Order: sequence, then C-alpha cells, then structure tokens
Amino acid sequence: MGLEEKAGDLGIVTTTLEGVVNWGRTNAMWPMLFGLACCAIEMMAAQASNYDMSRFGMELMRASPRQADLMIVAGRVSRKMAPVLRRLYDQMPEPKWVIAMGDCASCGGVYNNYAVVQGVDEVVPVDVYVAGCPPRPEALIDGILQLHQKVRGEKIDQRSADRSPIRVDETVAGHHRGALKPLG
Amino acid sequence: MLKGTMAYFKGLKTTAKYLFKKPVTIQYPDVKRPVRERFRGRHELKRFANGLERCIGCSLCAAACPADAIYVVPGQNDPAKPLSPGERHAAVYEINMLRCIFCGYCEDACPTNAIVLEHQYELSFYDRRSSIYTKDMLLVQPEDGYGEVPPVLEQTGRQLNPPAQIDL
Repeated sequence: MGLEEKAGDLGIVTTTLEGVVNWGRTNAMWPMLFGLACCAIEMMAAQASNYDMSRFGMELMRASPRQADLMIVAGRVSRKMAPVLRRLYDQMPEPKWVIAMGDCASCGGVYNNYAVVQGVDEVVPVDVYVAGCPPRPEALIDGILQLHQKVRGEKIDQRSADRSPIRVDETVAGHHRGALKPLG
Repeated sequence: MLKGTMAYFKGLKTTAKYLFKKPVTIQYPDVKRPVRERFRGRHELKRFANGLERCIGCSLCAAACPADAIYVVPGQNDPAKPLSPGERHAAVYEINMLRCIFCGYCEDACPTNAIVLEHQYELSFYDRRSSIYTKDMLLVQPEDGYGEVPPVLEQTGRQLNPPAQIDL
C-alpha cells in the first residue's frame, strides 16, 4: 500500500500475496455435488437461477471430490454414511472447506438418536454452521459469504497447521478405521 | 446433416429468446426477497405494553419442543420490581438455533404468547457454542415495539390466551 502514496496515481495497485491468494480462493470455490437429505433441495435451489451461486464464483457443483474446494454437507449423516463422508473429504485437495448446512449436519437436529451422527464435526472439521431446517437458499448463501469472510482473513500457510488430520480414534467413525485410512 | 444443423439453431433460439428477457436472479445480499407473513425464522420473546416480559418461565415451550432446543430456568419475581406479571419469570432462557427446527410448537404451547418466530433467517455460525441464543438476545428491544399483538396472532385471527388478557 505504500507504493501508491509515494509514486502517485500510476494505475498500479500493490497488495500482499496473501490478499491475492485469498481473493482467488473466495472467488472460485467450487462445491461438491453432494446432497444427503432435504437440505440438498435447498442447495439445488441456491444453485439454480433464482439465487444463482455462480455469482460468487461457484460456477458448478463438481461431481468428483478431486475437483472440489468446498463440501456442503446438506442433510443428516447416518453412522453408516460417516466413513464415506470422511473418505470424500480426504479425497478433496487442499485447501478445502466444509459447511454444515442445516440442523442435522450441524448437531443432529431433531434426530437425537443412535443412527444419526450428532454433528458432522465429529467426522470432518467444519468451518461454518448454517442453522435452519432446512435453511432457505438465502441462508445458505449467507453461510457461504460468512465462509468467504473467514477465508479472506486466513494466512496462506495456516491451513496445513490447523488442519492436522482428525485422530480417527476420537471420532464416531472410529470403528471403521479400515475405511478411514488417509488416501493421501 | 441439415437436420442436425437445424436442431442446433432450434436450441439456440431458446437461448436467444432468454437473452433479451430480464434475468430472474435475485441479487441476494443486496436485494432481499421478502418472506411470507407466517414464515418461521428466529425467535423473539415479546413484552407487554408496559415493558414487562410476557414470558413467565413455565417451560411449556421446552416441553413442547421436539428437538429439545429450549432451556428455561424459572426464577421468583421480586414483588417490588417484577420482570413479568405473576410470580415467576424466566431467569435463564436459551435456544440452541442449531437444534431448533423452526416448527413453531413453542409458539402454540406458550400460554402468554411470549415466544414468536419472526422473520430473520440468516443464522450462520463459526462454532456451535455461538448458536446458543440467550434471553438478552431473544428479548425484543424497547425500540422494536412493546406490547404489540404478536403478528402471527393477527394473521390467524386468534385471540390472546387468558393470562395475556390480564388487565395490567
């Protein structure tokens, strides 16, 4: 920022590398095509023309985790689905983010029982929780904007430090250890 | 060959038709589409016209809640300076927004029409702890109108339940 002040208005903008990288990350954050329950319907609505998430650089949902940056966990995660969810997360390349959309993904919601994971943060690290049952498309977009805000404040090397892999023993899916080996 | 080419233009005709139409997209963070009148969003705890809280700490909302999202601890009212009409008030009133499924059963259960699901729906959190809304956050502020009949009741044409009709 110092250069313009000294050199006057030359049509040059100086910024930090971090600023540019985070700008890039927020403006091309492709979500994974991945819906588990009724929240997925609202997620589709958010992607459709009325709300149009591609205004925020989320052009399309990638069907392959290898091409996705953002996992929107839309719906309740059953215990049997938890290892699958973790595997999909492990297959996504860094940097990656997770939004727990809706009550069930965030904390189990109304399904306080043995069959449903009580919050997807037991399996994967969650960045933003969106409340609602299901949240309106606007509420999801609000969650995404909150995530963008978070990403803008991140350091470039922060991610790998924060995101040490979850110790599998501590997760609900600990029994499925075989299925949870990092695919690296 | 020709047929294939014509099919191509047929498809492009649809594209061209929409090219000159006004886009249907709502520019969400700038333009907010109004919700329906009876939309159920974030809760509010209402007050009477004189500023007293409607909530009497009876915990019926917590009993009615299918997701166990509400936590109420009743407290005794100080007769000299009561917070609500009657003997008791809610000393602690917490709603976990991530548990709440916005079904409105708490509204139905409330004998004083204290709790009303209002129109705010932008509820996203960075951590689960901040999703717990305390009584201070839920209670309406003086500038937001004391003592209005909760809008839900106006729409349904329902009468206030007896305790709310006590002449204060």
